[in-house]
Amino acid sequence: MAERRYEFKGFPRPDGRVGVRNLVAVIPSVVCASHVARRIADSVREAVYIDNQFGCSQLKPDLKITFRTLAGVGRNPNIASVLIVSLGCEELPAEKLADEIARSGKSVELIVIQEVGGSLHALEKGVRILRRLAEEASRVRRESFDLSAMVLGVECGGSDATSGIAANPVTGYVADKVVDMGGAVILSETPEMIGAEELLIKRARSPEVAEKLVRAIRKWIELAHSVGVDLLGTQPTRGNIEGGITTIEEKSLGAIIKGGSRTIQDVLEYAEEVQGRGLFVMDTPGNDVISLAGMAAGGVQLTIFTTGRGTPVGNPVMPVIKVTGNPYTYEKMSDDIDFDASSVITNGRSVEEVGEELLQLVLEVASGKPTRAELGDYTEFVIHKILPSL
Amino acid sequence: MQHTKRALLLNPRDNVAVALTKLEPGDMVEVRGGVEKLVIRARDEIPFGHKIAIRDIPRCGYVVKYGYPIGRAKRDIRVGEHVHLHNLESLSTIRSVCGGG
Repeated sequence: MAERRYEFKGFPRPDGRVGVRNLVAVIPSVVCASHVARRIADSVREAVYIDNQFGCSQLKPDLKITFRTLAGVGRNPNIASVLIVSLGCEELPAEKLADEIARSGKSVELIVIQEVGGSLHALEKGVRILRRLAEEASRVRRESFDLSAMVLGVECGGSDATSGIAANPVTGYVADKVVDMGGAVILSETPEMIGAEELLIKRARSPEVAEKLVRAIRKWIELAHSVGVDLLGTQPTRGNIEGGITTIEEKSLGAIIKGGSRTIQDVLEYAEEVQGRGLFVMDTPGNDVISLAGMAAGGVQLTIFTTGRGTPVGNPVMPVIKVTGNPYTYEKMSDDIDFDASSVITNGRSVEEVGEELLQLVLEVASGKPTRAELGDYTEFVIHKILPSL
Repeated sequence: MQHTKRALLLNPRDNVAVALTKLEPGDMVEVRGGVEKLVIRARDEIPFGHKIAIRDIPRCGYVVKYGYPIGRAKRDIRVGEHVHLHNLESLSTIRSVCGGG
């Protein structure tokens, strides 16, 4: 078979990374500035709003997570430039946030509501700045890149018996292909890896990475235990068993397979920026929206999201490609699902064959084709936290 | 005409495949996804999404799916048998038939 060409058209960024979208983002540095920020974003067509429920009254570990997430999302290559809307007295250092984002070489502007004379002045000033940023961003043109410029996220939510058979293996095929062609893949949702630690560490690049991986997974067991919940004892669930899953190892493997089968290069903290190529694990919760936010902050350009039951969830920064292995779900929820992988089950087609089709869709989306979630303008964004607010 | 019954092998190293339709005892099942074409006879009723052994697995031998052990056989499993709670245990189970390690 002739070697296929895997290319997409993306936006080159000053830091050498490649965007698959050309967005201008409005980021509130604190929840108190969030509605003003949202109104500014709503006033300019090209703009996206990044939701932030925090930024003040947080214990230090959580404040660090909020900062890292906002800085990472601002640096995401899908974003051309950023406007930060600050209140003025919040704990999260807005100027430092602007500097962190500007490190990527893109334009960053900051307005402070308490300094410009209140919300209405901030709104007017913000819209003017944003219009200018949108105009400037429109000058960037798409260029051809191969898969080595791709950073792909994989995610699953609302899984059913078809997820581990069709949607996840097909997605795993794409993940392996991206890694083999020099790109990067992020697999997240560490709580869903419980029970498969011993198997996963065999794929770790080094003993240090293996140790990090085990620690990241076991931490969730201990966290749940500290509030009286036994994560191990309740898995697999009754529904899983009825669906044919016998052991916790099997359940976790069925989820992990969406990340493919290659060597795990490193374990990233939540929202930590991916450096280098190959397969990475990011330590995020299993919650889809929180996990997607962490991967967007890590520099992921687009995500394949497998689902059995179906979900409309999107992301403000990344295209989210919805894949199901359940033919009934595809039929019922085709407005929300981009790709039907069920022919692996219904027509006996091979994982490779269907995987190639999914990879073609990934390249089309990377080149500008909107996903169903983008068409719906579904932009859920929730930042991870560990501790109560103060 | 009888409908073709199929099962999917998720990794060439696996000794169980996943039923892609409900299987009845005596059904001839085409196992896809392996290196070579394989047809086996189902011994049990096996629901959609459940596992069928494609090789004999000795008691306490690994049951392999996705290329990795998902547990151990609690008793000898013959090719074509349904593999589930009655004959497969997790490697991390406390009440192990095969003992730890």
